Amino acid sequence: MRHIISVLMENEPGALSRVVGLFSQRNFNIESLTVAPTEDETLSRLTVTTIGDDRVVEQITKQLNKLIDIVKVVDLTEGDHLERELMMIKMKANNGTVRAEIKRTTDIFRGTIIDVTPNTFTVQLVGASSKLDAFIEALGTSNIMEVVRSGVSGIARGEKVLSV
Amino acid sequence: MELLSGAEMVVRALRDEGVKFIYGYPGGALLHIYDAIFTQDDVEHILVRHEQAATHMADAYARATGKAGVALVTSGPGATNAVTGIATAYMDSIPMIVITGQVMSHLIGEDAFQETDMIGVSRPIVKHSFSVQRPEDIPEIIKKAFHIAESGRPGPVVVDIPKDMTTPTDRYEYEYPKSVKMRSYNPISKGHSGQIKKAVDMLLAAKRPVIYSGGGVIMGDASDELIALAKELGCPVTNTLMGLGGFPGTDPQFIGMLGMHGSYEANMAMHHSDMILAVGARFDDRVTNGTDKFCPTAKIVHIDIDPASISKTIKADVPIVGPAQAVLKEMLEQLQAAKTKPSAESLKTWWEQIEEWRGRHGGRYKTDDSKQMKPQQVIEMLSKVTNGDAYVCSDVGQHQMFAAQYYKFNKPNRWINSGGLGTMGFGLPAAMGVKLNFPEEEVVCVTGEGSIQMNIQELSTISQYGIPVKVICLNNQSLGMVRQWQDMNYESRHSQSYMQSLPDFVKLVESYGHVGIKVERYEDLEGAMREAFAMKDRMVFMDIAVDPFEHVYPMQVPRGSMRDMWLSKTERT
Repeated sequence: MRHIISVLMENEPGALSRVVGLFSQRNFNIESLTVAPTEDETLSRLTVTTIGDDRVVEQITKQLNKLIDIVKVVDLTEGDHLERELMMIKMKANNGTVRAEIKRTTDIFRGTIIDVTPNTFTVQLVGASSKLDAFIEALGTSNIMEVVRSGVSGIARGEKVLSV
Repeated sequence: MELLSGAEMVVRALRDEGVKFIYGYPGGALLHIYDAIFTQDDVEHILVRHEQAATHMADAYARATGKAGVALVTSGPGATNAVTGIATAYMDSIPMIVITGQVMSHLIGEDAFQETDMIGVSRPIVKHSFSVQRPEDIPEIIKKAFHIAESGRPGPVVVDIPKDMTTPTDRYEYEYPKSVKMRSYNPISKGHSGQIKKAVDMLLAAKRPVIYSGGGVIMGDASDELIALAKELGCPVTNTLMGLGGFPGTDPQFIGMLGMHGSYEANMAMHHSDMILAVGARFDDRVTNGTDKFCPTAKIVHIDIDPASISKTIKADVPIVGPAQAVLKEMLEQLQAAKTKPSAESLKTWWEQIEEWRGRHGGRYKTDDSKQMKPQQVIEMLSKVTNGDAYVCSDVGQHQMFAAQYYKFNKPNRWINSGGLGTMGFGLPAAMGVKLNFPEEEVVCVTGEGSIQMNIQELSTISQYGIPVKVICLNNQSLGMVRQWQDMNYESRHSQSYMQSLPDFVKLVESYGHVGIKVERYEDLEGAMREAFAMKDRMVFMDIAVDPFEHVYPMQVPRGSMRDMWLSKTERT
């Protein structure tokens, strides 16, 4: 099963490499990983999506918790949560039919065309990973020139917060 | 407040932490620190002949005392030579501080002379690591390093210090912190009472209980609590390789080590038990054998300070996270307060079964089919001559298993071996580390002619500091454990497992100024051993010729259950 694990860690040099190293060292899988500082500059928030059975995911959260730089770990998929990923996708758009189709599909997915040249469109799309996958599928891969995805960020619904 | 340079702060902080000895080897990046060592008398430096030995000395001190040992190595090759020692400590959860020199800050990343990214290299084998960025942080970093290394589940901590952090002319106010607080690190201090209650109820209801205890009892200083609990329950106790000495080896409730080379009765008792109380042990693959066949009728209570050790390989029915000492203490209190007692009748039946197993195969080896001395006989003699009281520091291989099986450890912290990593070359420096700190105690290195040659250069360190350890070398002229596997699985094709061109060990140690004794006949063994131990202030190397064809038994059949064992070259369960 796919899990979204949120981690609050000290904003220290080397902290990220400890997390990434742990995953490779213990043969855990990483689907995506994002990391950035929070409103408290001493803390970074890291989100990792991974696939594994209950035993593996339990080990992942326990082993993450053991890292000294890590302050808190939560498996967001255990409760109601919101998941978002940002994608920018550059596509060949060199005739009217294609341009119209990309525009139409982008509207349906509530994306935005953020760059236009005579031969290309670049679309920005935000949503759960599955929505981004669906967008790619809807347009087909033949026109895609480049895809960049931010990796998943997540947050719990309601009043639950991950903080120190 | 006193003004000190970074280099002086390193040494002063070690002094203020109560460190008596540090083990190390100088080099360019450490010259300022070595100069600071020269100008004081509080911390004594022991110059090894290879950095690996420095780490093993520090490690063994920690195993004997529970306090972190300290090694000091220079950047680049000095640091990488320490890697095996760090990994050894990591696998066995041993507190250790390894201070590594680093090139000047402005050179980092430029492939400077003797530069290695030691934080990166050591990352998977440390509990934590620090890179010093500002000299004034040194006291706090060292305090944190000790705190992290020694608390919770212990482990090695690397402190990487660029040379410019120790410049003698840059001086800062020095104050050693009394304590440290870290929001991201709060080791647990007691177990969950509700979980302990569940475990107690299960223990009271159990008909065939076994206590399976490991290194967590030794490092967690919980031997007394374990003994008290076992006495209250009246059940059998087995120890892991790392847990030997946690329960007295001569106590009738002790049924030996368990696992791959565990005793017949311990493995049988585990397999047939209905309740396993695991304390400070981690269900390692050398213990469980095939996990899908592991102890099919047993409910499992698992006490460990590291939640990640619980249900990692074998699912626990009742997990209890906490330090062994505190949890066992509370468990005993709850047991004593309970209205019921364990069923005496069930226990009696259980013990009859165990005694039958013990009588059938317990602790036997054959001496009649060969004129040569058996390695087991040597260990039994060692146990007799030292009254089971010596610090026994082992290398890795058959001799290690024989020592674990036949030396009767009655006290914790006295069996010092590389269990998790299985580091050949560990034994001699380990014995040196213990002997330096316990000069009045008997300290023995049990080794083989293979392992001893992996750190034999330390004979020179022993001469320099006069460290009178006793080496018991079980010389079978082959890498015995490799050879055993080749006998059992590769139709005795002994690929590269002969030890050829062996030195004359007696002459070799004599050249360093030590005493060498060669023993070839069992009749001479006791006399020679007593003679060796009578030389209190001399290092004595006993080169003992043993049967090269002996195997270690029992030996579990790979991927079988606990009870599937070879009992000799021809008998199987």
